[in-house]
Amino acid sequence: MKIAVLVKQVPETDSLTLDPETGTVVRSEDSSIVNPLDLYALEAALRIKDADPETSILALSMGPPQAETALREALAMGCDEAVLVTGREFGGSDTWATSRALSAALSKLGGFDLILCGEKATDGDTGQVGPEVAAFLDLPVLTYVGSLSLSSSRKEAQAQRIVEDGSQVLRCRLPMVMSFCKAIGEPRLPLLSGKRRAKAAQLRSFGLADLGLTAEETGAKGSPTKVVKVDRPRLSREATFMDARTEEGMDKACDALIALMLEKGLIVPSAAVAGATAARTQP
Amino acid sequence: MNEIWILAESKSGHVAPVSLELLAWARSLGKTGSVSVTAILPGPAIDPEELCYFGADSVIHCPSEGLSGFSARPLAACLSALLERRRPSVFLAAATTTGRTVLPYLAACEGLGLTADCTELSLDPETAVLLQTRPAAGGNIMATIRTTRGKPQMATVRPHSRRPLERDPGRTASVEVMDFHEAPGAAPPLGRDGGDSPPFPNGGLLLVEERPFESSRGIADARAVIAGGKGFRKKEGFALLDRLAGLVGAEVGASREAVDRGWADYPRQVGLSGRTISPELYIAVGISGAIQHLAGMQTSKTIVSINSDPEAPIAAMSDLAIRADLYEFIPALMAKLAGYRSADGVEA
Ligand SMILES: Cc1cc2nc3c(=O)[nH]c(=O)nc-3n(C[C@H](O)[C@H](O)[C@H](O)COP(=O)(O)OP(=O)(O)OC[C@H]3O[C@@H](n4cnc5c(N)ncnc54)[C@H](O)[C@@H]3O)c2cc1C
Ligand SMILES: Nc1ncnc2c1ncn2[C@@H]1O[C@H](COP(=O)(O)O)[C@@H](O)[C@H]1O
Repeated sequence: MKIAVLVKQVPETDSLTLDPETGTVVRSEDSSIVNPLDLYALEAALRIKDADPETSILALSMGPPQAETALREALAMGCDEAVLVTGREFGGSDTWATSRALSAALSKLGGFDLILCGEKATDGDTGQVGPEVAAFLDLPVLTYVGSLSLSSSRKEAQAQRIVEDGSQVLRCRLPMVMSFCKAIGEPRLPLLSGKRRAKAAQLRSFGLADLGLTAEETGAKGSPTKVVKVDRPRLSREATFMDARTEEGMDKACDALIALMLEKGLIVPSAAVAGATAARTQP
Repeated sequence: MNEIWILAESKSGHVAPVSLELLAWARSLGKTGSVSVTAILPGPAIDPEELCYFGADSVIHCPSEGLSGFSARPLAACLSALLERRRPSVFLAAATTTGRTVLPYLAACEGLGLTADCTELSLDPETAVLLQTRPAAGGNIMATIRTTRGKPQMATVRPHSRRPLERDPGRTASVEVMDFHEAPGAAPPLGRDGGDSPPFPNGGLLLVEERPFESSRGIADARAVIAGGKGFRKKEGFALLDRLAGLVGAEVGASREAVDRGWADYPRQVGLSGRTISPELYIAVGISGAIQHLAGMQTSKTIVSINSDPEAPIAAMSDLAIRADLYEFIPALMAKLAGYRSADGVEA
């Protein structure tokens, strides 16, 4: 069984800072991590390998040379091989151009039974790359997978897919592309032995020519989406302020909220109140 | 005339509410007469004309079972075949598990750009360029994007980012039924797994079972949501919130801080990495209003905040901002609510 896992390096969003002048994201190298959601795809692949040691797992990434760090982390977790698609021409790729390059690399490497990716990357936040890679490879795709088990023949799988109002159980014929969500279970931590192996491992890298692509097919040039404007959202409403720190203030604030609830039809006066009101208004 | 398509979805044989929101988006892109709106409805549904009552000028209904949401490939092939006949300038889908799977598949096949999860759209009436705005970098920035290469310009649109139009049964219902297998040019190359060979009629996938979540209605379509945040300081505090919500027939929501602490379940998380909701009334209690939280509730009709800090960003986003200690306010409110009961309770 041959599995490829798509792994992206992303800036750590919790430590994300914005340039106060331009409102753009400040990217620094040392706060880059493996896209957290890709760890679930790695975990799914590693569980298949746990059950069947014949499995080989290749981690594939596209990005600048430092994305190597993310691939070494995948190796440390237990992947067998890693390939980095890199080169200046790939810079500024949108999801279409990224998928074009990743699928070209996957075709070149060939013979995968499963191609796994994360639900979405925390920076781009699109979740489009998985289905787009599948389309370029003319493979079926199953998204939002929460659990997976393979048939003994390894030609079929049963998967659970998490959707808005429940889940679906599906039989899938391999080869196939799948994107995973958190429901798959906690990703494992790398062992010390894995880290050592990862440190010593040789990574392969592919450039534009290796993939048989032209500069027009990838990077900013090959990307059909263009960012025309970046804003920091400024949100506000015409707030009515009420201070409920005094007894009187509390009374008024509660009344104001109850009035809103009445207006929205959430609540109605209970029979007792309605009765009392009616009694009072009777002559 | 700008032609706009939307990808409608069905749920249990009926048009899904999220598709009505898409129609409202499509109609917002230009005056009647300057845009025409077509809804593409794949999969079985008994009420395609509803799409017209909610704003579509026409509906193309492709009722084949095989086009139901889970399998992107046959659906993308169907849409490609439809685009072969006619190319609209804009094609929108909801950013649901279905839309976020099928549209990228289609975009790659067609060599087109695609913007994910937009919260704002506008169409230049002269050039027909679609400006697509979406939150990026964890909601800290809004990026406006255009998809320049070829037609249609495609985007998925975040659910609950717009309200449906009023239903108007007086509108003409024009529904064209197209059996996908008979559509012109519709024998799509389904690739190496041979498409129709049983037991995998849907391009490699076979649905075995569907399991709906058992939990209550949840916050997704609730009329009122009362959400709690880190300001509660302890799990027991959320019991107070449950009681208040129960009294007024609202659902309980939560900030990520509250969910991370285990005070509420993840499906109740409101915000960028939780759900986007748009209730009639949103009450934020002990929530600061981080941008990622606002991203999930800013389209609520009325927003009330209860916070001890008047400078908390949620205050500026509120219609009514109450400065109070929540542990004083909630009991006081509940005491006053004794004279009322939930309207839901009356109907039941
Ligand atoms: C990529 C990313 C995605 C995220 N997604 C989400 C998301 O989906 N949803 C989400 O909510 N957050 C999300 N966050 C987290 C977000 O940035 C905030 O950390 C979070 O919303 C804060 O939660 P909070 O308002 O409950 O807590 P805090 O910010 O700590 O606010 C607590 C508030 O309670 C008030 N308070 C304290 N005590 C009292 C009292 N006794 N009475 C009244 N008020 C009191 C305080 O004044 C304060 O305003 C995300 C962050 C990142 C980086
Ligand atoms: N540059 C990349 N290199 C490798 N994998 C990627 C890259 N971009 C996206 N992916 C994969 O595609 C998934 C969805 O990414 P996105 O569409 O950018 O949200 C990620 O979780 C990764 O598994």
